[in-house]
Amino acid sequence: MRLFSIFAVFLLTLSATPLAADARGDAKKQVEFGIAVAQRGLWREAIYRWERATQIDPTYAAAHNNLAIAYEHEGELDKARAAYEKAVELEPGNSFIKQNYELFKEINDRSTRQDNQ
Amino acid sequence: MTARLARTTSSLAAVVLTAACTSYFEIPIETPIRPKLDVSAFQRVFVAGFVAGGTEDVDGNLETTRLLRSQLRTKSELRVIDADALPLMEVALDGHETPAATNVDKPGDKPSGPPTIKDDADLEPYEHVFANVEYWKRIGEEYQQPLIVTGTVMFAPQARSGIVQRDQEVYDSFGRRRVVPVRTYMERKGFVLKPKFIFIDGRTGTVLHSENYREEILYNANQTSPALSSYFELMDRLIPSFLSTLSSQRIKGTRILLQ
Repeated sequence: MRLFSIFAVFLLTLSATPLAADARGDAKKQVEFGIAVAQRGLWREAIYRWERATQIDPTYAAAHNNLAIAYEHEGELDKARAAYEKAVELEPGNSFIKQNYELFKEINDRSTRQDNQ
Repeated sequence: MTARLARTTSSLAAVVLTAACTSYFEIPIETPIRPKLDVSAFQRVFVAGFVAGGTEDVDGNLETTRLLRSQLRTKSELRVIDADALPLMEVALDGHETPAATNVDKPGDKPSGPPTIKDDADLEPYEHVFANVEYWKRIGEEYQQPLIVTGTVMFAPQARSGIVQRDQEVYDSFGRRRVVPVRTYMERKGFVLKPKFIFIDGRTGTVLHSENYREEILYNANQTSPALSSYFELMDRLIPSFLSTLSSQRIKGTRILLQ
């Protein structure tokens, strides 16, 4: 019985791994396309692509990071903050994400600063 | 020192490791910042002048009025009204008891002009002028109901002493250069700038919004820096925040896209 359980878990793991890899692969294609269009200044299209990427693979930190940058560029600062926080949560050790988030916070704090003293 | 070295090494390693594992692209972005105040009802702005004090080397009223007008002219969509700054100190004192610290040259002389403002407490007798709705409504009517910018400006010298950390170059026996932090006791002097910007609706005479700032600059005690250049240096730091109250700004920067 115990052997059967271990075998079942093994089979499940084997079948789940390609699914996860597929999801990441699809999401990665969206992210790459988003980068290509963002570099040409097409930020709305980039947002659409990166939103798709985060739907396909919600654990893809790079997609959340890129989405946050695009929101920031479009002035949607609340959405940008949420996306940065998600990216940091997923990859707390990623120094690029942390650097982007710090720069964002500096600007966001400046824009919301009132009666600061 | 060992802990600091370990921290630096680990953060460097993190950057190298992240860079090695990830494809990244630097991209320029422009973040639009919405104004804090809705000024869509106004077509004009009138920087009316300030109750200023602190040092006699800089006319805080004149310089601030001039600087804000020139900034608004180039960085906001409102039309800037060119008119003499209002004599706010006289207006505030009109009908009120004159504060104690008056400009008296010799004992027995009559006060010659408004009292000298040396510190924050000296500003208090003038603060009520900003709440004088009738006065500001009248000014608003005179200048076709603009947005009125006024307030107080305190720009004063200050001195401070204490332990300061600074970097020092040292050379070892092999002639290798190193920079090490050194803590030394220093006498420092400089200036502190404390403006309060008040935004008044020229149609109703009521205060719409106010903002307080505080910026300071300190130099070595043996270094001389003109008061006016220190004033402009400090104003430079807070001008972006002042402008973002009235007009949308686009802040340029770069971010890292990840694959």
